[in-house]
Amino acid sequence: MAKQKNIKPTVPKYRRKESLTAWLFSTPAIILLVLFLIVPFVWAIWLSFTNQRLIPNPNLPTEFVGLRNYIRLFQDETFQRGLLNNFYFIAVVVPIQTSLALALAMLINQQLKGMNLFRTVYFAPVVTAMTVVSIVWTLLYNPGEGLINAFLQAISFGRLGPYNWLLDTKLVFPAIMLLSIWQGVGFQMVIYLAGLQEIPHALYEAAQVDGASGWQQFKHITLPQLRNTTIFVVLSTTIMAFKLFDQVQVMTNGGPQNASMTTMVYVVEMGWGQLKVGYASAISIVFFVIVLFVSLIQRYLTREKGSAA
Amino acid sequence: MMTAQEKSPRRSFKRQKRVKKWLTYLLMILLAIFFMFPIVFMLMSSIKNNEFQVVTDMSSLRAFLPIGDLGFQNYKDVFESQNFGHLMFNSVIIMLLTVITGLFVNSMIAYALARLRFKGKKFLLSTIISLIIIPFESVAIPLLVLVNHLPWFGGETSWLDSYQVQIIPFIADAFSIFLFYQFFIDIPKDLEEAALIDGASYFGIYWKIVLPLSKPIFATVAILQALNSWNRFMWPLMVTRGPDVRPLTVGIQSYFGQDPRLWGDLMAFASLITIPVLIIFLLFQKWFVRSVASTGIKG
Repeated sequence: MAKQKNIKPTVPKYRRKESLTAWLFSTPAIILLVLFLIVPFVWAIWLSFTNQRLIPNPNLPTEFVGLRNYIRLFQDETFQRGLLNNFYFIAVVVPIQTSLALALAMLINQQLKGMNLFRTVYFAPVVTAMTVVSIVWTLLYNPGEGLINAFLQAISFGRLGPYNWLLDTKLVFPAIMLLSIWQGVGFQMVIYLAGLQEIPHALYEAAQVDGASGWQQFKHITLPQLRNTTIFVVLSTTIMAFKLFDQVQVMTNGGPQNASMTTMVYVVEMGWGQLKVGYASAISIVFFVIVLFVSLIQRYLTREKGSAA
Repeated sequence: MMTAQEKSPRRSFKRQKRVKKWLTYLLMILLAIFFMFPIVFMLMSSIKNNEFQVVTDMSSLRAFLPIGDLGFQNYKDVFESQNFGHLMFNSVIIMLLTVITGLFVNSMIAYALARLRFKGKKFLLSTIISLIIIPFESVAIPLLVLVNHLPWFGGETSWLDSYQVQIIPFIADAFSIFLFYQFFIDIPKDLEEAALIDGASYFGIYWKIVLPLSKPIFATVAILQALNSWNRFMWPLMVTRGPDVRPLTVGIQSYFGQDPRLWGDLMAFASLITIPVLIIFLLFQKWFVRSVASTGIKG
């Protein structure tokens, strides 16, 4: 910039080179994103209006069926059960997981010895594959002499249980919720921890001088300062809840009697299991619209106040 | 409180503080037990040679103790009957290739977006940011139809049952691009300008100046991508039919589906998948925590 006198004549050529390099650097990512994200996405919309099958049947050519897939969705009890279960999961897991994550973060954020060790322990389930977690917990939920049954019987002096966790239509979904919280809460804890560490210490010092109690400090400093973090944690947990798949697929495959069916398990069952790609695409589109809606709420809420983050 | 008032206020305050400290530790230890018990249970069960003992031990604390006929028979079984070595190889090769190519592809476009001037930059950036919203799950089914008809170099007409089908769709990642972009935009420009005047190429600047300055963000993205790849389950379940190119997650699920369930073998299998990741996590803990914390800025 300072030596403009010398550079001036070469600027146009320079600019062209810069622009060319930029596109060259961007091309691999653009091609991959178009081919594996944008094309399938647009195609999903198209497929959802057809009766396309994964392996085309020569006797049944693919036809445009208009809104038939979407109309069928509204009459499909299994789909509704799946969607309802996703909402059930959100209603229970989101509040519990969010508050537990905040509590854990506040615990390990204290100036005490050994906090790093506790952080490691609480976070360890996050790096354990969900398929592994599901299999280990299936054994823990073993009917009869399973560890969880044994524990409940011990603390209730034999009054509770034994339960048939994964085969009972009322218990199967709460059982899946518990292991999901166990595996996922460490992730949100770390995000909360980062949020806590950004709160200026002076705020607490000032409050202590004014004689504010611990609860008052939490309510009037910690919570408001963590507003954006909380919005992020709540809504990202909500989106994860809509994606619920691995643990259900491994443990129950949606059963018994669809009691643990979820939207994604149904998408895979329809599209991959029964090869009904058109119908599965329609469910995928409904799923996407819901996720989009949640993401837009998040962007709106976090933009409103502090755009500094 | 009553007794505290009788003593000097300072001492009672100190005592109160100490009691609070011990209660905190007690609570944290109880929580630690909650988070550790399934992992300890898995490891202990995996070294019990007797399949019946694994189940019968569960009704007592014996489940967490190394008691009975101990050994590595279960581990041997998993290696021999389930070809664990090959599944491990599949998972590792898929993860490494996804992460390494992903680091290049995503950081290069992010470098262009953060540093170079070109037409259409704003449009490209806002498109990529809006792509973050599209979850992979919503395109999985049409993508399955697509990869079923894609050609490959050996003359194959479908990508099903291949390594590339588990790697290539996951290389470019809008969120990783966004993380790189945010980091690059904050690097001071002085060095690059000096290098440009000295006649360095843009690739030279990216390679010799930006890369060395950006190790933290490369580590962050690498860890997030590696964890995703290692744990990926739904997609490999749909695109692999046999054990040839199958990753560990699908391998253990398929073994789990076979009757009779040999719990000792299953726990050994589960331990074999978990132990390497736990070791890597313990070694690079700070980086893991930092990576996860960085996802919080999304949106």
